[in-house]
Amino acid sequence: MSAQALLLQLVTGVVVGAIWVIVAIGLSLIFGILRIVNFAHGAFYMLGAYLAAFAVGWTGHFWIALLVAPLSMAAFGVLVERGLIGRLYGRGLVYSVLATYAVSLVVIEGVKILWGTVGPQFRVPAELAGMVNLGFSLFPKYRLFVLLATALTVLGVWWWLHRTPMGLFVRAASQDPLMTQALGVDIARVLAGAFGAGVALAGLGGALAGPLRGVFPEMGLDILVESFVVVVIGGMGSLLGAVVAGLLVGVVQSFTFLWAPVFANVVLFLLMIATLLVRPQGLFGTE
Amino acid sequence: MELKVPSELLTARRPLQAVVFPAALTAFLVLLPIVLPYEALAAQILVYALFSLGYNLLFGYTGLLSFGHAAFFGLGSYTAGLLARKVTANVLWTLPAAIGAGAVAGAVVGFFCLRRRGDYFSLMTLAFGQLLYFIAHQWREVTGGDDGLRGIPVAHLQVGPWTFALESSRDVYVLLAVLTFVAFLGFRRLLSSPFGTALQAIRENELRAEAVGYDTFRLKLWAFVLSAAMSSAAGALNVYLLKFVGLNSLHWITSGYAVLITILGGAGTLLGPLVGALAFVGLQDILSAIPAIVDRWPFFVGLLFIVCVLVFPHGIWGTAERLQTRLRWRVSAAGEMGG
Repeated sequence: MSAQALLLQLVTGVVVGAIWVIVAIGLSLIFGILRIVNFAHGAFYMLGAYLAAFAVGWTGHFWIALLVAPLSMAAFGVLVERGLIGRLYGRGLVYSVLATYAVSLVVIEGVKILWGTVGPQFRVPAELAGMVNLGFSLFPKYRLFVLLATALTVLGVWWWLHRTPMGLFVRAASQDPLMTQALGVDIARVLAGAFGAGVALAGLGGALAGPLRGVFPEMGLDILVESFVVVVIGGMGSLLGAVVAGLLVGVVQSFTFLWAPVFANVVLFLLMIATLLVRPQGLFGTE
Repeated sequence: MELKVPSELLTARRPLQAVVFPAALTAFLVLLPIVLPYEALAAQILVYALFSLGYNLLFGYTGLLSFGHAAFFGLGSYTAGLLARKVTANVLWTLPAAIGAGAVAGAVVGFFCLRRRGDYFSLMTLAFGQLLYFIAHQWREVTGGDDGLRGIPVAHLQVGPWTFALESSRDVYVLLAVLTFVAFLGFRRLLSSPFGTALQAIRENELRAEAVGYDTFRLKLWAFVLSAAMSSAAGALNVYLLKFVGLNSLHWITSGYAVLITILGGAGTLLGPLVGALAFVGLQDILSAIPAIVDRWPFFVGLLFIVCVLVFPHGIWGTAERLQTRLRWRVSAAGEMGG
């Protein structure tokens, strides 16, 4: 096989991984602070894609959609946390996890009730349509944009966590919520904020993935499980872990598609099981 | 004043109960198809009741939240379906084969997953479940991929003087009712055995159970195997009922239904799965009969579940049991005072 084809497969894999990175960071953030495995994450991803598609339809601008989707999802996330998940703290984690599963059912079926089982059109925006020459091959411009957007998002999240007061509280709460509260931080707000931010990232992931994979009610079912896999491999609660694992898994899957397509969907789970057995805390997890 | 705890509350082993429980269960199983509009609905309830009975052993009694039980339900379905197509449709062969496959798969999956605890355990079970789902999805020649296996042949089941014509939902129901009766009585016995109490000790505090000297890994593995075998049996029975194996039987959404039914009925109560399945399947049937809803019933199930988690965390039967216990306390307290 030619070097060009291998390079192309590599870049394709990195782009697939990029979407997982964004979604997985959100999942990892929620887990790191709230200690909840969020089963509604896939549904939030789907809702983000819907909102972005509608925003494009109304305003005609993809850029506005990229802002509207994560911001409205953040608000929705805060609402869900305040209205439901926040009421279950101290009741055992099982109930919080199950509540997110129920939210997932309600959101997916709610979308079907509101807008039917076929999703809205979501085309690649005109300014990002077409191909660019990467030197070794032509490559769709939009996919490169997804990569760039992912890089910016990761930097943004890092900046938020490490350079803003809210980020400081979030990191403190993930270390020791009780002590953080004792020092005068309104922990309820921090938890709601972290959940909202995680949900916003899911929504952004959906908005970016929409033009690539299409928008439909079940679009989040597979990516939910895939981002679980990424978070577990990277280490629950680790930002760097989610980034590395997302890209790694994307590339591995891309090459499996090339050489052994039958295993392409299975390889993810084998990687996850292997990680849990060899390095249970994940690549960058502590514990 | 000395606080007396009525002893029957602690042991709950009055001689009367040995008769009351089987009699009540029999009455329920006899009345169910009469009260419901059609037998297939009653049969579907029992399939889910058995699935959740197996699930409840692991979740409700041992405290392990598995999100991969669809793997065993689906495995039982595919085992029964494939055997019926290629080898024999005799339930006396296909049902034990499905149970065996579930037990073996449960031992393998459990062995790996039980090395981790908490969320990691849940995610590993989910990963194994999806692994099986995608294998079935890809391996079209054997599993039929997306289409599943249609038109599974059925044979008459001859047990002693009784013949079950499994073409009819009515006879499938009778078979299911007999198995449900045996399974619930068996589980009742199991739960009050030293093994069952050890599992509950693990649920309450695993470290303490270990400190007392229990080999918790082995006990949890046995619970996993039994639970998987029971789920697999339910999967096989579902095939006798529907004459069809769907790929969805392996999807994690199906695992979610087992969790839902168990919580709805009351996790960690013996009859919870039966009550939960009745509520779940009944609700699904009622909702999908409403023209405005039809396929959108999971929306309302989700809403109900949210309410359930917020207001009735102990589920229907769990709440009923609590009320009953409180009532008995009051009655016996009043008795003490009067006497």
